[in-house]
Amino acid sequence: MFKIESKNVNFFYGNSHALKNIDIAIKPNTVTALIGPSGCGKSTYLRLFNRMNDLIGGTKVEGEVLIDGQNIYAKGVNVDSLRKKVGMVFQKPNPFPKTIFENVAYGLRVNGISDKSFIEERVETSIKQVALWEEVKDKLKKSAFDLSGGQQQRLCIARALAIQPSVILMDEPTSALDPISTAKVEELIYELKTKYTIVIVTHNMQQAGRVSDTTAFFYMGELIEYDNTKIIFTNPKKERTQNYITGRFG
Amino acid sequence: MDNLEQDKITRGKKRTESIAFWSFSVLSYFVVAILFVILSFIVYKGVGVISWDFITQMPEEGMTKGGIYPAIIGTLYLVLGSMLFACPVGVLAAIYMHEYVSAGIVKKIIKQMTNNLAGVPSIVFGLFGMSLFVNQLGFGDSIIAGSLTLGLLALPVVIRTTEESLKAVDDTFRQASLGLGASKLETIRRVVLPIAFPNIITGLILSVGRVSGETAPILFTVAAYFLPKLPSGIYDQVMALPYHLYVISTSGTNVEASRPIAYGTALVLIVIVLIVNLLANALRKYFGNKVKMN
Repeated sequence: MFKIESKNVNFFYGNSHALKNIDIAIKPNTVTALIGPSGCGKSTYLRLFNRMNDLIGGTKVEGEVLIDGQNIYAKGVNVDSLRKKVGMVFQKPNPFPKTIFENVAYGLRVNGISDKSFIEERVETSIKQVALWEEVKDKLKKSAFDLSGGQQQRLCIARALAIQPSVILMDEPTSALDPISTAKVEELIYELKTKYTIVIVTHNMQQAGRVSDTTAFFYMGELIEYDNTKIIFTNPKKERTQNYITGRFG
Repeated sequence: MDNLEQDKITRGKKRTESIAFWSFSVLSYFVVAILFVILSFIVYKGVGVISWDFITQMPEEGMTKGGIYPAIIGTLYLVLGSMLFACPVGVLAAIYMHEYVSAGIVKKIIKQMTNNLAGVPSIVFGLFGMSLFVNQLGFGDSIIAGSLTLGLLALPVVIRTTEESLKAVDDTFRQASLGLGASKLETIRRVVLPIAFPNIITGLILSVGRVSGETAPILFTVAAYFLPKLPSGIYDQVMALPYHLYVISTSGTNVEASRPIAYGTALVLIVIVLIVNLLANALRKYFGNKVKMN
């Protein structure tokens, strides 16, 4: 049983054909890295899974994207509930201008939960999950902006975890972070894998190699190769993949 | 290229640099100087009549003596009334335009219309207000007619500043909120508006500054030439500072004798606008700090 499947997916921005016949199947509790040069469609592809592309006017999706066997582009799918199941972490840390506590509680509150002790408990577990608790437990009422960039990004991950998604999408989550914070986030991704299915877009080849189980290489809107990360990095079947990961183009 | 030539080029470059620097700075100081001259002129001419009585007493002896109390109160009422109308309408319209309408022909039309509205001369607003509010709707010359007319005038400014404030809110905040399963309305209410609030409030207050100094829109809709009592309801006429200034400078009973009062009135008007602008800055700072926290 696959967690995520995309079957013959095409995506259009107006007349531009941004994704061409993408077939990918992702197993649960794995990390999948999407790599490729800028503009290859990997971020667009990632944003199909929580229908974030819906926010852009003039776009069109063809084909099927299944999560837990259900086509999320079928008629009558509730996008809000889909997004509860599929959390997202962005390129730049973007905590809300609220307290540390309220940032993590936000997803619960907008989903109609008002039980105070439940929220407190869930906020604590979520912050512990991202190994931030020791650093922030005494300043939960302080603004999230007072945290460092790396802490903010982990807080954003905690914010996504609080509503207990089963899939987490990460769009270049460490590109704005220093090496130490990056290492912490990567470690975290490795731990989160036991509970969640993670899809990560990254420009950093070493990162893809370190954190992912499978890797998909995109080029000009096409999926060139999708395989175990080990194979992609040591023995890719396509020459283009070989050239990209060895830095000969990209 | 030898050193001599190099030196020439460097020297030429330096000269251009310093000419540019001096012309820019001279021009900016010139602007400051003009403002300073106007302000000190008004203060110099007007400060003599300023007293507690001047701002708390009725005009006397054909407006050549006494105070300007009813005009101050009238202006405050008009500002308040126009904001009660323009703020909710303008802010909601801006939210609709920026958060709901997607880019396209409809948005372009609304935007163009708003810009056109901002370019309509204020006397035209006055004329429109007179025919609609005063005559058609039968409000007569009244606070409500004047407030609505001033409100219409302020509307495009309110819409535009609110829209700019919403535009300044980074899109990833919206995406993060929607990504957590929040609806669009919740996202606007809980994330977008709190972030945009300091800028929105500043825009609103600055439009208060603009409204309080307008003369033409109140000319036919509310302003009284002379009214030695305060209004008792929204259907009453009032005096107002800018119109009072106009009246005693052009068609008072004794223009020469009321000259000092005219400068005094101008000074009070300027001080009010100045206070409003300082208030806008203070509020922006205050709420700006609060946004981090709320």
